Amino acid sequence: MPTVRIARLFLAVALAAFLVPAAFAAPASGEPIKIGAIFAVTGGAANLGAPEERTARMVVEEMNKSGGIMGRPVQLIVKDSGGSSDKAISFAKQLIDEDEVAAIIGPTTSGETLAIKDICQKSGVVLVSCASAETITTPVAKYIFKVPPKDNYVTEWIYKTMNDMGIKKIGVLAANTGFGNGGKAQLEKYASQYGIAIAISEVYDANATDLTALLTKVNAAGVQAVVNWSIEPAQAIVAKNMRQLKMSQKLFQSHGFANIKYVEAAGEAAEGVIFPCSRLVVADFLPDSHPQKKLLQKYNADYKAMFKEDASTFGGHAIDALTILKAAIESAKSAEPDKIAAAIERISNLSGTAGVFSFSAQDHNGLGMDSVVMVTVKNGKFVPYTGK
Amino acid sequence: MDASLFIQYFISGLTYGSIYAAVAIGFNIIYNATGIINFAQGEFAMLGGMIASVLAPSMPLVLAIAIAVMATAAVGVAVERLVLRRIARFGVLKMIIATVGLSIVLREAALLLWGESVRTVPFFTGNEVSSVTMLGAHFSPQVFWIVLSIGLVTAGLTLFFKLTMTGKAMRACSANREGASLCGISPGAMVAVAFGMSAAIGALGGCVVAPLTQTHYALGSSLAIKGFTVAAFGGLGNSLAAVAAGMLLGMLESFSIVVVPEAYKDVVTIAVLLAVLVAKPTGLFGSRAAGALKAY
Repeated sequence: MPTVRIARLFLAVALAAFLVPAAFAAPASGEPIKIGAIFAVTGGAANLGAPEERTARMVVEEMNKSGGIMGRPVQLIVKDSGGSSDKAISFAKQLIDEDEVAAIIGPTTSGETLAIKDICQKSGVVLVSCASAETITTPVAKYIFKVPPKDNYVTEWIYKTMNDMGIKKIGVLAANTGFGNGGKAQLEKYASQYGIAIAISEVYDANATDLTALLTKVNAAGVQAVVNWSIEPAQAIVAKNMRQLKMSQKLFQSHGFANIKYVEAAGEAAEGVIFPCSRLVVADFLPDSHPQKKLLQKYNADYKAMFKEDASTFGGHAIDALTILKAAIESAKSAEPDKIAAAIERISNLSGTAGVFSFSAQDHNGLGMDSVVMVTVKNGKFVPYTGK
Repeated sequence: MDASLFIQYFISGLTYGSIYAAVAIGFNIIYNATGIINFAQGEFAMLGGMIASVLAPSMPLVLAIAIAVMATAAVGVAVERLVLRRIARFGVLKMIIATVGLSIVLREAALLLWGESVRTVPFFTGNEVSSVTMLGAHFSPQVFWIVLSIGLVTAGLTLFFKLTMTGKAMRACSANREGASLCGISPGAMVAVAFGMSAAIGALGGCVVAPLTQTHYALGSSLAIKGFTVAAFGGLGNSLAAVAAGMLLGMLESFSIVVVPEAYKDVVTIAVLLAVLVAKPTGLFGSRAAGALKAY
């Protein structure tokens, strides 16, 4: 017995002696790569920010298990902005000045992203935003990127679908938030291009609890379809209220509807709602050859196993932001912001949850029209919209 | 505007008004008993809706709501016993600020317990697509339940304060605390009853409207602001006035949409509120005696 113990001890000492110099030989390898994350984990946009935060932690844990980035561990520093632009600004400054992060992912909402865009650009820190407003990457700023598809893709997909359905006169509803107002502006901008007349366009309080009065006004305007641009809870309220008012018009929602929880919240009223979004929610319907299928199904399964709820496109943005940073840092062989930014611009055909990314110096979003598909709700589940 | 459209807006206004009135009544009961404005009132409505939504899948809806109402009433009493009573000696204003703190604590507790997701309570009759048609207007059957509940609560409260011993004792405390206590009424017990009732009514309101409006952890503060507006509009301390003011404000919101964009509806209602308060600082139906700050 004692001899075995001594032999083991010997082996351990020998092993340690062998490994320690190796660890000292390249001291930088143990130094973590710091990535800051600003998510609206609480507050009005928590339905977006919380899954983003959970996903980011999950992905970083997984990355670190399989060797981190370039063999260096990733240290994710998460800040909860509560959806407030003011907090996002102070957290961005903190991450840049105190934590000296290599890059920041998030913020969750467009308002917050636009609030910290200049800070990141001036400080020369890469920002990979999880928000969708077109103005985040137009005009292009050297250090600013975003992973959700451009607003105009989702808008144009809605209008294309309306053209196919013969819809010409619509009503537009938007929550009084950065997301809502951005969507409304896009809808108004592209309407004439697709021969669609917006008969009525209204903004409502994002915390509205009942919208029957507003929908009564929309109905009286004699529209053929309603487009609603908001997140929870209003998007389910619109769907319910329309059915309660016996409105028979088709309801289109923004890509913000892409979470099965919203379908559950709206119950039967969600049936037949049409909306544009990325392929995550319809991953099982993709052909096996599709470059995104495996990755999407893996995320859906991993997230559900770990957090006991369905994955959402928002959480997917966190994966995409981290995957892009990892790919860029590894190809640049450096975590210097300048080199990361240049390396992101060289990324092409990288499969992510939102689509297949190909960046360039002119395109800091990297996604094309084909990253978006039209989805509808059938028997409480998301299915690809095929026009019947 | 044709008649059916008018009725449609009217029913929307009735729905909004009932929701606001439910919160405003809670404000008034606590105000009468203690002289404080309880800014955690909106959280009581949130708690009611949340607890009912959590319990509803595993038991009959009536039972889920009953438990939600009782549990929230217990929270109301606990808030008074464990926090507010202990800081009463610092004065009414400090306690009002403490209620703001309490509302944040309750909100964050709900976030920790139930997460950030939006929840819903099953419709009492039918489901989310059920619709009743009356005089050319369409609305959810839940609207009946909301209006019925507010009607019953108002009638119940009126009878309670007029006919029962506890109700009379509460009114006595509100009119003259020292006098009531000399007559053998325990003001402390009455305050606890007031908090329990106020929380229960808030919770019931939260349960009844949740099928329509849904519920989430952060719903309380916006409800509290609207409820307080209505309470001040009607005149602090008067629950019947709160119902009337709630309906008035609800109608204003609903009909203002006809002429101004929905985003401005709060501008309209706040402007009317300010005009009323400038002309009559005690509110539409309030009196100076009821409106004066009371000692806890």
